[in-house]
Amino acid sequence: MKKKLDVVGKARRRVDARAKVTGALRYADDLFMPRMLYAKLLRSPHPHAVIEKIDAEKARRHPGVHLVLTGKDFPVPFGIMPVSVDEYPLAPERVRYVGDPVAAVIAVDEQTAVEAIALIEVRYRILKPIESPEAGLNNPEPRIHDYGEQGNIHRNQSYEFGKTEEALKSSDLVFEDLFFYEGNTHLPMEQQASLAFVDPEGRLQISSSTQNPHYLHRQLARVLQIAETRIRVVATPNGGAFGGKCDPGGHEFVVSKAALVLGRPVKIGLTREEVFYVHRGRHPVLMKMKTGVTKDGKLTGMHLQTLLDGGGYGSHGPASTFYTGVLTPVTYHYPRFKFEACRVFTNKPACGPKRGHGTPQPRFGQEVQLDKIAGKLGMDPAELRLKNLTKADSLTASWLRVGSTGLGDCITKVTEMSGWKQRRGKLGRGRGLGLACSTYMCGAGVAIYWNKMPHSGVQVLLDRSGGVIVYCGATEIGQGSDDVLAAIVAETLGVDTGVVRVVSGDTGITPVDLGSYSSRVTIMAGNAAVQAAERLRVQIAAVVSETLGTLPDRVVFSQGRVFAADHSGPGMSFVEAVAAAESQLGTLSAVGSYSPPKAPGKYKGAGVGPSPAYSFSSCVVEVEVDERTGWIHVPKIWIAHDIGRALNPTLARGQVIGGVYMGLGEALMEEQSFRRLPEKLSGALVHRAPSMLDYKSLTSLDMPDVEVALIEDPDPNCPYGAKEVGQGPLLPVMPALANAIYDAVGVRIDEIPITPDKVLRALESESKRVGPQSFPSVPYPEPMFVLPPWEGGDGKETKRDASAAVV
Amino acid sequence: MGEKFRCGLTVNGERAEALVLSYKTLLEALREDFGLTGTKHGCELGECGACTVLLDGEPVLSCLVLALECEGRAVQTIEGLARGPELHPLQAAFADFGGSQCGYCTPGVIMTAKALLEKNPNPTRQQIKEATAGNLCRCTGYNQIVESIEDAAAKLRAEAK
Amino acid sequence: MLRLPWFEHRAPRSVAEAAKILAGEGPRAMLIAGGTDLLPNMKRRHQAPKVLVSLRGVSELKNFSNGSGTNFGSALTLNQIVQNPKTPAALRQAAAQVATPHLRNMGTLGGNLCLDTRCNYYNQSYEWRKAIDFCLKVDGKICWVATASKRCVAVSSTDTAPALIALNAAVTLVSSQGEREVKVEDLYRNDGIEYLSRKPDEILTEVRVPKGWTSTYWKLRRRGSFDFPILGVAAALKFEKEVITEARIALGAVASRPFLVEKAGEFLKGKSLSDEVIAQVAELVANRAKPMDNTDMDLYWRKEVADDFAGYALRELRGDDMRETRLRIARSELA
Repeated sequence: MKKKLDVVGKARRRVDARAKVTGALRYADDLFMPRMLYAKLLRSPHPHAVIEKIDAEKARRHPGVHLVLTGKDFPVPFGIMPVSVDEYPLAPERVRYVGDPVAAVIAVDEQTAVEAIALIEVRYRILKPIESPEAGLNNPEPRIHDYGEQGNIHRNQSYEFGKTEEALKSSDLVFEDLFFYEGNTHLPMEQQASLAFVDPEGRLQISSSTQNPHYLHRQLARVLQIAETRIRVVATPNGGAFGGKCDPGGHEFVVSKAALVLGRPVKIGLTREEVFYVHRGRHPVLMKMKTGVTKDGKLTGMHLQTLLDGGGYGSHGPASTFYTGVLTPVTYHYPRFKFEACRVFTNKPACGPKRGHGTPQPRFGQEVQLDKIAGKLGMDPAELRLKNLTKADSLTASWLRVGSTGLGDCITKVTEMSGWKQRRGKLGRGRGLGLACSTYMCGAGVAIYWNKMPHSGVQVLLDRSGGVIVYCGATEIGQGSDDVLAAIVAETLGVDTGVVRVVSGDTGITPVDLGSYSSRVTIMAGNAAVQAAERLRVQIAAVVSETLGTLPDRVVFSQGRVFAADHSGPGMSFVEAVAAAESQLGTLSAVGSYSPPKAPGKYKGAGVGPSPAYSFSSCVVEVEVDERTGWIHVPKIWIAHDIGRALNPTLARGQVIGGVYMGLGEALMEEQSFRRLPEKLSGALVHRAPSMLDYKSLTSLDMPDVEVALIEDPDPNCPYGAKEVGQGPLLPVMPALANAIYDAVGVRIDEIPITPDKVLRALESESKRVGPQSFPSVPYPEPMFVLPPWEGGDGKETKRDASAAVV
Repeated sequence: MGEKFRCGLTVNGERAEALVLSYKTLLEALREDFGLTGTKHGCELGECGACTVLLDGEPVLSCLVLALECEGRAVQTIEGLARGPELHPLQAAFADFGGSQCGYCTPGVIMTAKALLEKNPNPTRQQIKEATAGNLCRCTGYNQIVESIEDAAAKLRAEAK
Repeated sequence: MLRLPWFEHRAPRSVAEAAKILAGEGPRAMLIAGGTDLLPNMKRRHQAPKVLVSLRGVSELKNFSNGSGTNFGSALTLNQIVQNPKTPAALRQAAAQVATPHLRNMGTLGGNLCLDTRCNYYNQSYEWRKAIDFCLKVDGKICWVATASKRCVAVSSTDTAPALIALNAAVTLVSSQGEREVKVEDLYRNDGIEYLSRKPDEILTEVRVPKGWTSTYWKLRRRGSFDFPILGVAAALKFEKEVITEARIALGAVASRPFLVEKAGEFLKGKSLSDEVIAQVAELVANRAKPMDNTDMDLYWRKEVADDFAGYALRELRGDDMRETRLRIARSELA
């Protein structure tokens, strides 16, 4: 029975707020146990070397040391993706970046462990470090890994959806641009920490700041060679994650192994510098983007080439590589689309998923190039975008299904809020407005490992006091997933979130949820929660309908009451209804699960990119640029985000502003960059700034006020219509800033970050541009050819020449 | 193992003592020896503000204060802020206005804000931003932190009337 | 968590007692006041003094007096300096832009003056520095900023020193042997390692600032807080009507020491601050800025904007309304 929403859509104190504002919440490093020992890792000082010998005798004999572990103790490798199982908890024979862990000391306290680490002697044979993807392409040897496509190329792929060169050739205008996006990292406030111990039943338990307890659970079983049933992973509340706590980390295996060997609790807390080495953040990406357009501003096709600096390990790299291309055609209709992507291993910390995973880089290029196209055509950039929007319930050339889309509404709204039409180009020299758009997935369509099981499971248990317990493997990383689950279940059962208790992220007691990544939790765990709560509602309604004198499907659950839809009687309290149902049916519990719809594309690789729904955003940045110094000031940002429905508007708005913040930080200053010392004197290849001081993130004084509009048009595939909001709003900020700078002072900064020195250099240059000058020759493979839906394709790979026959 | 000293503090208004290794900072002593893990740490180098506590009423970074130098001094931490079962207006505002997302910077920001509002009960938005400029937050983008502090300031002013 | 190494802690109650301890312990001892510079350095093992001589309990270092000049005890915190209504503008603006509000509650004026020089190759953990085989400043042989350099080029990063140099201030140094007064500009040496003329057994006890200067300080850094200066311009002028009778302009964060740009002072004498004069002086000042590639932001850009910052300072002293510019640069009005 449909009813007015009581919980969903109302601004509400999140369910975990009290624990957070009182300091009562226990993060991983806040856990202490009797007889607890501390672990510390020895990390490689060399970017690329073979380990010839490790002598740990002195460390073992150091007073207070209980155990020293080395690579020999971990013969089995791990990797977050089945296609990139290339890491060991401690490197057995080869180190691949400065910071690669090689040994561990477990001691009575952290200070003692630090002292003992310094006593371990490692003899290395130095190998030539590969410092960049270009160097990796030019130097197939030494190979960083003995797997991958060839030489130091990790992944290399190419797709063509319809004959793209042909489309470009027949366009009125073709734009070709090079863009570069520097790498950056998550910088969660909480440094990773883990505590492992053997529980009273003799099983391993690890409490860890991880986003993905389920994947960690599987990898622990693999690496430690023990049954999954002997392991329990508890994801402690994460003090921020942003993708940085998706991969299992060497430290998690080390404390687990040590706890098993010693039979004592073992804790580790990484230093801030170590967090920079764990990384798995934004890939540096060089891009070449060729786009065709008609005179009246219709896009005809795009050919996108990307080159990713992968760092020393695979991590999520195979997925990241896809993501530098696949979501590009979701915002605008490209009749044909070709993309080639190559990820190269380098001797730096591995890159992986950071908020927006692989898509901010091409989105930056795409949205800046659109601005250039609009300029050339003399069109309003907002108009150009509106003219090319993908349509609701359509397919892209690459066979992604676009469900609901509010991008048009987002553009209309954000241009209204910012006074775009009245103010753009009229703010005077040095001041400007820039606009950009984006889209993001509401959860990845396939799991990281191949299986046919649900992506999310929820169990709801009712007790006769009217309390509701929700069990789900999803992880609270600050984004509000516990609150989402509580709100959805409370709404469905017509109760207040105050009576709902959420138990999450614990592989010992909660049903599997794949994890808090790819903006999947609201949609997937949310849909599973709706199903579980709905099943309970149906059971209770069936029992009480007779007493209420109505039909079961006319029973309404609202605000702690259960009553007939026509208000024909006084109804009863939720507690009474539960008691009645429990009396008749026994203990009340139900499970729900969710699997995303099958991808329409059938070609190999079509599994990356599909999603049950896509969110959309449009952003306007205002900027002031001092033409004498290049100094950049951002006074205001407006953003409209198509969220489907805001489950809790306070949290939704917080996610949007937080995304804008992180995007602006990337746009202006965040850089995970490296220093190669002069080759003649040194082999060093070190992180430039592995500290909170030197890795620059915006402070309260650098952050402008953000005006947010939530565009709400409930999506039928999503719980109560709610789409993602955690990642999408970051994406349009960087190109919007770049476009605003162009509007202000007429220069193009085609690389991220955009700094005052680059602006000044562009102002003083002939080309009025700063950005990459060339794209190296990359041996992309022959593209897999797939016909777009409108050219008669069936979603499968086909022969290039088949198109003529079909059309 | 090394030498410990008897560290006596007034913590949240109560006299407390613990045996503390002499190299420890106030941060380590609070978390590891006084059992007060509400105070967080993000860098231990004075570069993030997560470990902010009030020392004799002033916001300081506990990661750069020697526990040895705190003898007899008054330390206020997030654990001492609530009024019995009632949240302090700052805590309530952070809970209600989205000032806390992952919650990790929250204790440091709230303690900083408490010191601000004691000195300046009616700060401007700019003054709030300046006072909290030593507290990095990676989740909120600060807007809702500023709004939370504005709300708490209004409530505290109303209480004072 | 990063931990401090073991140390012995001494807590003298007077300058004399502290000086005696320093004399007795020799180089194994170091002074600690606010601790905001030394403790991070100790955690990263730049310095590992066996003895810390704490100035916390030395109340005479927290004195303030206002007579013919203004005397600030060296252990006053930077926020106390900011809040003191007698603090001259340049010093107030400099102190108000050091690090963050929290660190200004802890860090002292004396500590900021004695701040260790900084460098991207130095302000790193022991393990990081090991990965580059260390550097000239500590434990190594090569200066990675300028590999041919025999001298360490770590950069002076104090904000208050250029302000005090412009204000023609002096400091008192006390040891067990006695005391001496040194002009702030003479407190520094252009050497990243031996950057102070203060001897290891001397305690900087007091800063004496003469009166009568109209002054200002402009700081360049990437963010509105936390960051050390990558350029600091301090200017102090004396006027008769609109004519400058005395001028002192000092630069910070562009060498291993803060220094006075004498030529700028001489040039300004007898002139009034027309746009043309400001542009000429700004150029003179900027020519002395020789930043190295060892701190934040692009080296050439830092050099290029030095004249703009000198211009901001002089225009403010002329009476131009620079509040908007200040808000853009400092992200605060510094009111």
